[in-house]
Amino acid sequence: MVSRQALSSRLFGTFNILLLLLLVVLCIYPFYYIFIYSVSVPDQVSHRQIYLWPSGFTLINYRQIFGLDELARAAFISAARTIAGTAVTVFCTSMYAYALTKPQLRFRKTMYRITLATMYVSAGIIPWYITMKAYGLKDNFLLYVLPTAIIAFYLVLIKTYFEQLPAAMEESAMIDGANVMTIFLRIVLPLSLPVLAVAAIFSAVNQWNTWTDNFFLAPNLPTMQLVLLNFLTDQTSNLMALKTNMATVSSSDIQQVTPTSIRMTITMIATLPIVFVYPFFQRYFISGIMIGAVKG
Amino acid sequence: MTTTRTRTDGWLLWLMTLPFFLLVILFNYVPLAGWSMAFVRYIPGLSIFKSEYVGFDYFQQLFGTGGELPKAITNTLALGFLGILASPLSMILAILITEVGQRRLRKFIQVALSLPNFISFIIVYAIFFTFFSVDGGLVNALLLKLHLISEPTNLLGNESATWLFQTFVVVWKTIGWSAIIYIGAITSIDLELYDAASVDGAGRFKKALHVTIPGLMPTFTVLLLLSVGNLLGSNFEQIFVFHNALNHDRIVTLDYYSYQAGLVNFDFSLGTAIGVFKSVTSLVILFAANGVIKRISGNSII
Repeated sequence: MVSRQALSSRLFGTFNILLLLLLVVLCIYPFYYIFIYSVSVPDQVSHRQIYLWPSGFTLINYRQIFGLDELARAAFISAARTIAGTAVTVFCTSMYAYALTKPQLRFRKTMYRITLATMYVSAGIIPWYITMKAYGLKDNFLLYVLPTAIIAFYLVLIKTYFEQLPAAMEESAMIDGANVMTIFLRIVLPLSLPVLAVAAIFSAVNQWNTWTDNFFLAPNLPTMQLVLLNFLTDQTSNLMALKTNMATVSSSDIQQVTPTSIRMTITMIATLPIVFVYPFFQRYFISGIMIGAVKG
Repeated sequence: MTTTRTRTDGWLLWLMTLPFFLLVILFNYVPLAGWSMAFVRYIPGLSIFKSEYVGFDYFQQLFGTGGELPKAITNTLALGFLGILASPLSMILAILITEVGQRRLRKFIQVALSLPNFISFIIVYAIFFTFFSVDGGLVNALLLKLHLISEPTNLLGNESATWLFQTFVVVWKTIGWSAIIYIGAITSIDLELYDAASVDGAGRFKKALHVTIPGLMPTFTVLLLLSVGNLLGSNFEQIFVFHNALNHDRIVTLDYYSYQAGLVNFDFSLGTAIGVFKSVTSLVILFAANGVIKRISGNSII
């Protein structure tokens, strides 16, 4: 009786792992397939379906893409908005959060509530579009940075963390004559690196992935996401445009790339930062939603 | 001494809050003033104050015949409900993951399954296009080669499959990440309950059924009501990238309808009216869901 239960339990364990590994394949294989396509020889792969291994090996797609001014510029803008946007979000939200923990600040509860309510308030796409335009943010890099300076979700995370810090260190600094700004910059921030890392990592992924602001309001500041979108919606004409530009880059490679090989490669470049960052920082993401879940 | 300190700190504290509070107002609340566009005949470039006041004309036009509002409401609700129906899947997945004994394997599965949650919908679309497109999509190519189908199918442009297909897309993208919240909840279930169940002779399955699932119910209820509160919140980015002429009738949601009226056809007032309708209805649903949560758990989500 006992052994029968043990057997069925082991059988279940095996089938469970097999099922989960099947799901893992469903989640990972698409990325792998796009990767092997992007390094396959474009001519070969367009005639022969690949499944597990690249057909030949070449970096011609990547060479072509990074040889193009507009693609290199898009990669730069994506990186710039990710770095600047994350820095602004983490710095502004944490300073705001710290000041909001000080009881001597009047209206702090009101300001906090009004800020939290932004999680549920949305004017909708057209009023947003008109307002951003009125602020002069059309085709302005600040469009990527300013609206995300204060994010309610990170505000909750960071403020909760600040409130748990031991008060003794701040008090001794205060006795030494340090003002609230100095205490924030010199004592509170260095003590709060774990929570700042959580906010930074969430924010960086969001910045890298965001594209609606780019699509609607900043066509002249294209990010990698937008380049990929344009390529997906209008492949042939975009490849023509690319090829015209490529003529000036290197004429020998032009005939060798295909719309599909270019598409796969752009997809890969837009995905790579996430694929590289996520597995290593997963615990930060998890601790982020766990604190959020407890508070919520 | 102390008074000077507090006074300068008072200044500093305002310096550390007011600019940021101002940003919150500018980027989250000022756009609400744009709702007034729904009540005037707004012409881009002209001030709202100089536009002709038309009252509820645009709302009448919206609810009148000929518009796409019924379609948009049906699609938004259908996608919302299918998403809610699919929500127990992440709880089941979480239970299966925690049943994996080897720690490293479990971590690997967890990371791999939650990865798709962190890529943009443009990349999600690029992936689904690669696999399901009618010419050269990997799935079609494979099925043709195995002679399971004789002609490639166009799933991305298949109207009748749209709702289920879009739900599948969402499940693929989010299930692993949602499972992690449940995994957190499972680890906080009292271990003594499992020991007691073992003593009673319960096996793995019975323990999952009688200890884990009841232990997860509070989390499940809250998340369920949260998603009910967000019933109309279909993801615009998803709809935008997957929308095409063939599946339009089954994929046009309130958000997309508003975007199309306002930013494609440049009828800003009508587009805003659709947005206002959606926001107000959403708010009513959110408060209703919140009322239910308060009754059940004593907590509030807003």
